[in-house]
Amino acid sequence: MHEYDNIIIGGGHNGLICATYLARKGQSVLLLEASNTLGGLAASREFSPDFRVSVAHSLSHFSEAVSKELRLADHGYSPCGEILDTVGLSLDGQHVFVSGAQISGVNASDKDNYVSYMATLKRFAGALKPFWMKTMPRIGTTRLSEITTFGHLGAKLRLLGKKDMGEFMRVATLPSRDLMDENFDSDILKAVLSWDGLIGSKMAPRSPNASVLNMLYRMSGQYDGAHFLPSGGIKSLIDALHGAALAAGVEVRTGAEVNRVVIDSDDKGLCASGVELSSGEIIKGACVVSSADPKRTFLNLVGARNLEIDFVNRINRLRSDGYVGKLHLALDSLPKFLGVDNPASRMIIAPSLDAIEFAFDDAKYGEYSESPVMEIIVPSVKDMSLAPEGKHVLSAHIMYLPHALKGGWTEAAREKLYQKLIDILELYAPGISSQIIDGEMLTPADLETTYLNTGGHWHHTELSMDQMLMMRPTYEAAQYSTPINNLYLCGAGSHPGGGLMGGPGHNAAKEIIGTKKKA
Amino acid sequence: MTKYDAIIIGAGHNGLTNAAYLAKAGLNVLVVEKNEYIGGAAVTREMHDGWFYSSCSYVCSMMRQSIHRDLNLTKHGLVLVPYLGTVVFADNGDTMVSYNSEEAEYNQLRRRSPHDADAMFRFQADLARYAQLIRKTLLRTPPDPTSFRPRDIKELLWLAKEFWSLGEKELYEYIRFFTMSAADFLDDYFEDDLIKAAMASPGVIGTALGVYSPGSAYILLHHVMGDVDGNIGAWGLARGGMGAISHAIASALTEHGGEIRTNAGVDKITVKNGKAVGVVLDNGDELHADIVVSNMDAKRTFTQCMDKNDLPPGIYDKAKNFKIRGSSGKVNIALSGLPKFNNVPDNRYINRGGQGFVGSMETMERAYDCWKHGRWSEDPFIESVIPSAWDPTVAPPGQHWMSNFVQYCPPVLADGPWTPEKRDAFGQTVINKIERYSPGFKDLIVHMEVRTPHEIEAEVGLTEGNIFQGELTIDQLLFNRPFPGYAQYRMPIKNMYMCGSSTHPGGGVSSACGANAAREILIDLKRPNTVPEDDFYDE
Repeated sequence: MHEYDNIIIGGGHNGLICATYLARKGQSVLLLEASNTLGGLAASREFSPDFRVSVAHSLSHFSEAVSKELRLADHGYSPCGEILDTVGLSLDGQHVFVSGAQISGVNASDKDNYVSYMATLKRFAGALKPFWMKTMPRIGTTRLSEITTFGHLGAKLRLLGKKDMGEFMRVATLPSRDLMDENFDSDILKAVLSWDGLIGSKMAPRSPNASVLNMLYRMSGQYDGAHFLPSGGIKSLIDALHGAALAAGVEVRTGAEVNRVVIDSDDKGLCASGVELSSGEIIKGACVVSSADPKRTFLNLVGARNLEIDFVNRINRLRSDGYVGKLHLALDSLPKFLGVDNPASRMIIAPSLDAIEFAFDDAKYGEYSESPVMEIIVPSVKDMSLAPEGKHVLSAHIMYLPHALKGGWTEAAREKLYQKLIDILELYAPGISSQIIDGEMLTPADLETTYLNTGGHWHHTELSMDQMLMMRPTYEAAQYSTPINNLYLCGAGSHPGGGLMGGPGHNAAKEIIGTKKKA
Repeated sequence: MTKYDAIIIGAGHNGLTNAAYLAKAGLNVLVVEKNEYIGGAAVTREMHDGWFYSSCSYVCSMMRQSIHRDLNLTKHGLVLVPYLGTVVFADNGDTMVSYNSEEAEYNQLRRRSPHDADAMFRFQADLARYAQLIRKTLLRTPPDPTSFRPRDIKELLWLAKEFWSLGEKELYEYIRFFTMSAADFLDDYFEDDLIKAAMASPGVIGTALGVYSPGSAYILLHHVMGDVDGNIGAWGLARGGMGAISHAIASALTEHGGEIRTNAGVDKITVKNGKAVGVVLDNGDELHADIVVSNMDAKRTFTQCMDKNDLPPGIYDKAKNFKIRGSSGKVNIALSGLPKFNNVPDNRYINRGGQGFVGSMETMERAYDCWKHGRWSEDPFIESVIPSAWDPTVAPPGQHWMSNFVQYCPPVLADGPWTPEKRDAFGQTVINKIERYSPGFKDLIVHMEVRTPHEIEAEVGLTEGNIFQGELTIDQLLFNRPFPGYAQYRMPIKNMYMCGSSTHPGGGVSSACGANAAREILIDLKRPNTVPEDDFYDE
């Protein structure tokens, strides 16, 4: 006798989306969140009294389909049409501004090339877009509906035309550096445009094979990859997802950390039959859906003893170390970045591709760079609720920081890094250090402890070519189902990946509903 | 004036192979070579009295068996001798010897790590399986995935079938292997750093990637899919140096009536009415031919030897963007005696293999970081061989020559172009590193010749000194090599072809590029095919 049709582990955006889709099919759904707030990495976090921010600080490709189907607008989410300008900061004030189709601060040939570059990439992104919101079937599937997916993909690529298709096959695996060098002259522009292909992963501009695909993935959003903040901030998205979930009848419990998935056996093998909370409470469910990362799901919650050795090896081998840290500053007034008029811009400190590459080089040996690169926004400009009146919050993604620092992330190491970051900020926004009321530095290791994502990885596991599509996280668990019957995945570790997109939650729900129909 | 059926530019092994197969089909062919000697990068040169250096490429494994047999290269004097064992040196002075005996090999791995000794079986079996599939594609023309022609579709289906025959699980493992870094791939198997470093080194040789760069695992495969006399994965030396390969092929070529002209550098490929009609030599001579085959790399062919106005739009840019980064140096050393290495058992067979000064995974990666900064590492990765230890023809009696391949060496330095002083300083870095592991090594040196990418480019003509005529990354492999749409050896100009390592399957002294190009030319000329299929003796 089950208490729930579905138990969802984790109240991040994917967990919420999956839960809502299931509940809208009339199933009973219980969503369990370990912390006291929903949203996972996008949850609001009070890092200093009255100052709030979320780790994920802007949106670029949140699924329009999910937004429409779950009627998020009715629950207060409005992706207003205003995008954030991206500004490549330069010490000499010669900033590069990218604002949708417009760029400035670069020479005429870069401007021309940007138009054709964007047009080509948009065509490529357009060809891939339908497949982010679909289950990618196993290669060699014999089911007609699944073969159609591959046929569709083949057709989409063919329809690009002979020249574009050939070019796509080349560009798809190109290191972002080569793509940029082929198109542009400006160092800052190159760094700014490759940024979205690199951030959140263990890739640098010279790394082949996945950075362009990552870029195309992020370009699947409603503004072709341009970042935006919904009115009401990221919080409004999470609140809307929460609202939609409640409206659909999802029962939400926060402060309920799942300790393990209860595994039983039936005539088909091992199956999940519920979860045990850290309080010891056992909740029964016909179906358990985990939005936790694959390593945590299988190694911690299910346990290696319930899985085949080969499969455990595969999960162990997943590359899941995060390389992005987060800096949060509480400021007593609006920071003034030299030469940046619009405070609601996304500012990138990365003077060249080499600067990014060399910052990465330090991290691969377990050190952090002497000159880290970063992406900064001041979200409180758009979302007043984040800071008391007149005061502001600065939020920055810092690359690259190793998950395991040589010598460990001691207080001293953290303080040294924090100081270094303030010094860098001071160069671009003189006086900012005197505006600081409070601040915090989250390393990948901190993200892991706080948000329970293994390695502190943004995407739960590296979004590299061998861990993408029908191989995400590994082929035996890539269609959201797992070797354990009735246990499903719906987190960023599944296709298509993370980055506040919603694809995994949506696709997983469709799979679960489909499976139940057949049963 | 004589008009040739075909002129082949560059008497490297691929140019010669291409010419040999065209001559065999009855064509009147001429190979023109800028140097006074033939061989390109597969060359033996007496750079110092009595010492014969394989001054560029130094070992052989990828040479297609079927070509070797078909052109009867043994009759033409080619003898390949397999390596015996390898020693790798760690930063801390630790060494590891590879033995040809499976049991000895296992026991000595076990001394380092029992886990890794067991994993080695799995590792080698997996690599052999991956290599088997790639090997099948070497002597085939890549299909064009954007084309609807029956031949392309048939070839694509063949590829799909071959991949599919791996089975689902293997297929995923294969994709994984194909795209990941050597370091990540090796982490799946091994725990010991020196074992990993030893295994990773082929993943970066000749490549502007580090052991931590995605894509380097495939290059590792590129170096283990060859064979010596059917011993898969084995490496060997050509008796008399690598030039013996070129000379054997040249001998086969002349036997079939082909002609070779040295000291005949090509200034321009002549194009009339959109068709290649011949070449203009550096000395101003004009030569005419029905077809022109370039064995030069793609970048050099299109950006230096052709008029931009003769090319269809876009090709010049494709060639300009072709990735052909120089990353390797070479130091050839004449020695008065056999060097002795620290911590290596006194076993003469060990000196008959290679020496790998790998250091550690991190040392190798840091050497790559230096390359990125436009300098050479003070602690470079060096792969050495002493061919004279079993080939008495390359050095005077009792004396030796040592080939040292150095990774990484930038084509241009951050502080300006190469100068003789900088080149010598680079050479000094290399011998200093060897001296660390072989005290007294410097005293044995009779003569040494240092080559940076700058010298390799000047002498052989390889752009930036890239030994593969172009990076072996996915964006430049199979139907992307050298550019999408032009992977079938036919170039955008009518009657013009390419046959160098810039084309599929890439570098490594395999002769496959030259042979594949010959097959395509013969198809276009409606002549019977003279190029053999690959034979899969390992199946």
